Amino acid sequence: MAVTAGSKVLNNVEAVRETLYEAMKSDDRTIILGEDVGARGNVFLITKDFINEFGPERVIDTPIAEASIVGIAVGMAMEGLRPIAEIQFADFIYPAFNQIVGEAAKTRYRSNGEYTCPLVIRTPYGGGVRGALSHSVSIEALFYHVPGLKIVAPAFPADVKGLLNAAIDDPDPVLFLEHKKTYRLIKGEVPEGHYTIPIGKANVIKEGRQLTVVSYGLYVHWALEAANQLENEGMSVEVIDLRSIRPMDRTTILNSVEKTRKLLIIHEDNKFGGIGAEISAMVAEEALFSLDAPIRRLAAPDVPAMGYAEPLEHEYMSSPAQMADAMRELVKF
Amino acid sequence: MAKTDTKAKGLDRHGLTDEQLRQIFRNMLLQRQLDNRGFQLNRQGKVPFALGSEGHEALQAGAAMAFNRGKDILAPYYRDLGLALGIGLTPYEIMLSIFARVDDHNGGRQFPNHYSSKAAGLMSFSSILAAHIPHAVGAAYAQKYRGETGRAVLVTCGDGTTSEGEWHESMNFAAIHKLPLVMLVENNEWAISTPLSKQMANPEIWKRAEGYGMPGKRFNGFDPIETYANVKEALDRARTGGGPTLLEGMCYRFLAHSTDDNDMTYRTKEIVAEARKHDPVPNFQAVLVDSGVMSDADVDAMKKDVLRETNEATDKAEAVPYPQASDLYTNLYEGAWQPWQ
Ligand SMILES: Cc1ncc(C[n+]2csc(CCOP(=O)(O)OP(=O)(O)O)c2C)c(N)n1
Ligand SMILES: [Mg+2]
Repeated sequence: MAVTAGSKVLNNVEAVRETLYEAMKSDDRTIILGEDVGARGNVFLITKDFINEFGPERVIDTPIAEASIVGIAVGMAMEGLRPIAEIQFADFIYPAFNQIVGEAAKTRYRSNGEYTCPLVIRTPYGGGVRGALSHSVSIEALFYHVPGLKIVAPAFPADVKGLLNAAIDDPDPVLFLEHKKTYRLIKGEVPEGHYTIPIGKANVIKEGRQLTVVSYGLYVHWALEAANQLENEGMSVEVIDLRSIRPMDRTTILNSVEKTRKLLIIHEDNKFGGIGAEISAMVAEEALFSLDAPIRRLAAPDVPAMGYAEPLEHEYMSSPAQMADAMRELVKF
Repeated sequence: MAKTDTKAKGLDRHGLTDEQLRQIFRNMLLQRQLDNRGFQLNRQGKVPFALGSEGHEALQAGAAMAFNRGKDILAPYYRDLGLALGIGLTPYEIMLSIFARVDDHNGGRQFPNHYSSKAAGLMSFSSILAAHIPHAVGAAYAQKYRGETGRAVLVTCGDGTTSEGEWHESMNFAAIHKLPLVMLVENNEWAISTPLSKQMANPEIWKRAEGYGMPGKRFNGFDPIETYANVKEALDRARTGGGPTLLEGMCYRFLAHSTDDNDMTYRTKEIVAEARKHDPVPNFQAVLVDSGVMSDADVDAMKKDVLRETNEATDKAEAVPYPQASDLYTNLYEGAWQPWQ
């Protein structure tokens, strides 16, 4: 990989780590709290050695108590700190649902702006790592229904850094989703220094004329792989990386759909009530007459999560080959 | 050291001056009057909901006297009218919340009694029981982290709320980090219709403190001076780096849970009447009169003044308009907002 001046190549773990490090360095109101974030430096080593440099007051190894990890962070945020709470795996965020949905998302609203909650909740999510039922779930659909939250799910290291910086600077609560299979798999150029990518802006990562594919997280990479294969077959597919799930970038999606006249949404989360449902509804409401084919969704079946056994994981997930098939079908429709 | 008056000889006043004792009593009278007013307005069909703290007056007025305005933080729950008044909220602010008017701190969004005032150090809270307790812990963490000695967080909840997981998680964390926090449980023996015996096998909530590794104490919450002394001791310890305390103030809920509850479906007139014999308001009045802190005439004058203040606050708040329909859309996030960008 040729590296531009002022950039370096990082994987997604390193991008998170560098961003957190810079946030800790630049603002002593920043506090990291979560399970095993201190001495162990997080289970993926994202905060390794932070505790030595910043001290246990700023890098808090919490008890195993997710509701209060988030709840205490909410209180810190209400009283002037800038906490970054970590949920060790997204599968364990459910005990904190109350604090995220009932409290963090409503702090500003319920006090009519008197109190605010500038909080980041980071958590690794997603499968393809033999994570079984409880180390591989996608949680975004459970939270994107909730006004008061922002949700981002970047796929590329440069977006990880830009969006994490944006989340940390944001005056409202942000749920920051890190796809754990991309952690070490995906590398890319990351600019040095502080920069932000606005929350709510999608990115057209491949331009095309015959079909719009919208995805996020790990599947962005697989969708890109599939789209490139179709390119070799003479089909032109546009791929949009959503990056932000709440708010969502209507303009980029509609502009693309109006050009290609076909839409495929691909996500790892369950199909029923998933992100694709909202995008489909929006496009149907706003651009039905621009469509030359029914909207299609390629998403997980209606089972709780992927199984541990290899065939169960495989069956649950969509492969690049399945993505290519769905794309071909729609292009030819 | 607060100056004490010599008039009240036999009274163990724990350093409280005559003026402070009168303030406590006035707070108690104001709670009664405002509670009453809320229920009246509900019966008149002017407000859809009201909730009273009758039976908690002494506990709250006494605890509030130990609070340092401008320094401490209060993280209360919905039954804390007397604490809100005692740390500086005005009857007018209370009535704005009851009437859900536009000038209410919450802009008429929340139920009455869900106070919030950044200026007073009163943290915003929701109706979700125990959810505010980790917030208090986070605030105490912020104080300790910034090295702000001389400050502490006073957090309160009902007895039933101590069954929630977040209550436990919060106590555990506060103890681990020796945070400047006082957890004051207002034990009124009821959680809507559920008695303490169905809430916990061991009814001595304060004893859980030992399990967490912090001091714990139970006291008579019908006695405002005893309450003050205990809350002050705990807050002073918290303010000087001594860590958190679990306090359990014993009181009673004389009224139904709220205007939406009929307590005669689960308890009898007789047990409520029995508890009323210990009503802290006439009892403290007698203490102040017997000890010479107030005369009967002083008491009468104070009651009239409290009624006047309540009437004025009611009229003034009622005259304030409701929020407008367009106010539904403000203050969700910073700046203008659409889920689709
Ligand atoms: C999480 C949650 N569960 C249930 C309720 C409904 N609820 C409101 S008040 C209450 C009883 C609370 O009792 P207690 O903590 O003893 O306080 P008290 O009202 O007696 O002062 C219940 C069950 C709620 N508001 N929040
Ligand atoms: Mg109770």
